[in-house]
Amino acid sequence: MPGKPLAISSRNYLFRRFTDNRSALFGLCILVMLVLCAVFADFIAPNDPNPTPPDLAIKLKPGFWSEEGVEGMPLGTDALGRCVLSRIIYGTRVSLSAGLVAVGIAMILGICFGTLAGFFGGAVDSVIMRFVDIMFAFPALLLAIVIVAVIGQGLDKAMVAIGIVYTPQMARIIRSSVLYIKEMEYIEVQQAIGSSRLRVIFRHVIPNSIAPVIVYGTLMLATAILDCAALGFLGLGAQPPTPEWGAMLAKSYSYIVSGAWWAATFPGLAILFSVLGLNLLGDGLRDILDPRLKQ
Amino acid sequence: MKWYIAKRLLQLIPVLLGVAVISFSLIHLAPGDPARTIAGEHASEQTIQMLREKYGLDKPIHVQFWLWFKQVLRGDFGRSIVSNEYVAKEILDRFPNTVELALFSMLIAVVVGFVAGVISASKQYSFLDYTTMGVALFGVSMPVFWLGIMLMMIFGVFFRVLPIGGRIASDISLERITGLYIIDSIVRGNWKALGSSFKYLILPSVALATIPMATIARVTRSSMLEVLRQDFIRTERAKGLSERMVIYKHAVRNAMLPVITVIGLNFGLLLAGALLTETVFSWPGIGRYVVKAVQMRDYPVVQGCVLFFSFMFVIVNLITDLLYVLIDPRIKYR
Repeated sequence: MPGKPLAISSRNYLFRRFTDNRSALFGLCILVMLVLCAVFADFIAPNDPNPTPPDLAIKLKPGFWSEEGVEGMPLGTDALGRCVLSRIIYGTRVSLSAGLVAVGIAMILGICFGTLAGFFGGAVDSVIMRFVDIMFAFPALLLAIVIVAVIGQGLDKAMVAIGIVYTPQMARIIRSSVLYIKEMEYIEVQQAIGSSRLRVIFRHVIPNSIAPVIVYGTLMLATAILDCAALGFLGLGAQPPTPEWGAMLAKSYSYIVSGAWWAATFPGLAILFSVLGLNLLGDGLRDILDPRLKQ
Repeated sequence: MKWYIAKRLLQLIPVLLGVAVISFSLIHLAPGDPARTIAGEHASEQTIQMLREKYGLDKPIHVQFWLWFKQVLRGDFGRSIVSNEYVAKEILDRFPNTVELALFSMLIAVVVGFVAGVISASKQYSFLDYTTMGVALFGVSMPVFWLGIMLMMIFGVFFRVLPIGGRIASDISLERITGLYIIDSIVRGNWKALGSSFKYLILPSVALATIPMATIARVTRSSMLEVLRQDFIRTERAKGLSERMVIYKHAVRNAMLPVITVIGLNFGLLLAGALLTETVFSWPGIGRYVVKAVQMRDYPVVQGCVLFFSFMFVIVNLITDLLYVLIDPRIKYR
């Protein structure tokens, strides 16, 4: 366009590309909504997610769409008379933090092993990458289940299990990006002026290989939430009465036969939309930060 | 090619050995005395002592591993704590059920996914394209277990057209040949069994097919778009071939390559998805078997299933790689 400066600062440029990407924006909106729900659950949720004692008189009542519904329970109640909507809102807190912890574990371990393998190469690289190959021989969810079988059931253990399962993927991504950066001239310069290896790794190699970590971290967060819910559904993750989406589904799906469809439907929708949002955001970030990978 | 296959098979050995070591460590990493773990909580002191001797648990760890590994090579995975049956036998009894479910799901996923991808690409940026890709996006984000429950609710509870769980109607008997009910009932000419097992198969396989279907549709689309941009397609068009011929005869064939990789990769995911789908639909396969075993802390079963699953997983990945080389001679095998 005439009259418009051609050079835009790179930060502005990235921002523009992000706001131009409608699906990524939509994904970001979903994520922001989830975070708000998680942080302000105490204020948003209409009811106590775990009332003691449970009010069994109002168990399995439908929501706003039916006249049989109970006042103040917009999405109906579950088998223990608890508000489904409130439990879903509190569930955001559980699922989001579980996913973040799992991905955090995978990132920290992945950065350690990936950098070691990529930077030092040779025998260190071979040993780490062979181990990664072995880990890849297990289907992810199966490996998570097996780890839970060893270390025990529960939400905290499920997070650790999923974190461990995702580590090899992360390590591979970091390794390839470190291999690329290692050959850059500015790293050579650092080595030439006598910077210590640790300094080169922590000040230069790791910070510069972080872009793919953010992209894949977002996509991984989506699958981590999904896998956490799956473990909860199988009774191996979050234990009752924690308002976790997968566990909520597991506890209420037997009641669909008697027509109480809401208690199993809405938690699943919550999982679906969170995962969808994160996938959109992750795909968008990949297109923006790493256009080479665009499909 | 022969050398390539031999090399790939040799490369499998360390991986499988690693898998064996990890599976072996399972019982030893679990808290408590391994003999007690294998024997179960309510075993007598005598049984535990017997097991300790049988498995050589008083010997050094590498000797123990070797003893166990020799057994595994002979196909002996030990006995289940819960049923006291041989784990290998229980796995083989259930395996055909999982295979039938997985194959049928893959069939649905490949046919629907591929067709959707081709149509989407040949009408890029049309309403149809956006709808298909939108649906596919939902598909890849879908919690399989929830989708299973929803299908069950809609078709099993509200419309009552399909059964909500199980393998075949309880009043129908079918003599086992392969263990794949569809094939067995056709071979035996048992049409009632065929109808019934087919009905029981539909919902779980549709649920299981969703994610691979969505992935295949997305990959097919992008691969088709790439092919359609190439010179030889322009030549075909310039030759005056109809658009239909160009797409279905020339473009589709060339677009199939990445799709095959995705199919192979998804077979592994399908095995994992079977854990959830089989649990939702009470499908008597190895997925449900291992989930139950973990819930009951039946370690020998978990160990056996992990070995078995990973073995299948690795083999399927290998076959995919080999197919890839076989189909596209441009890829040099090294």
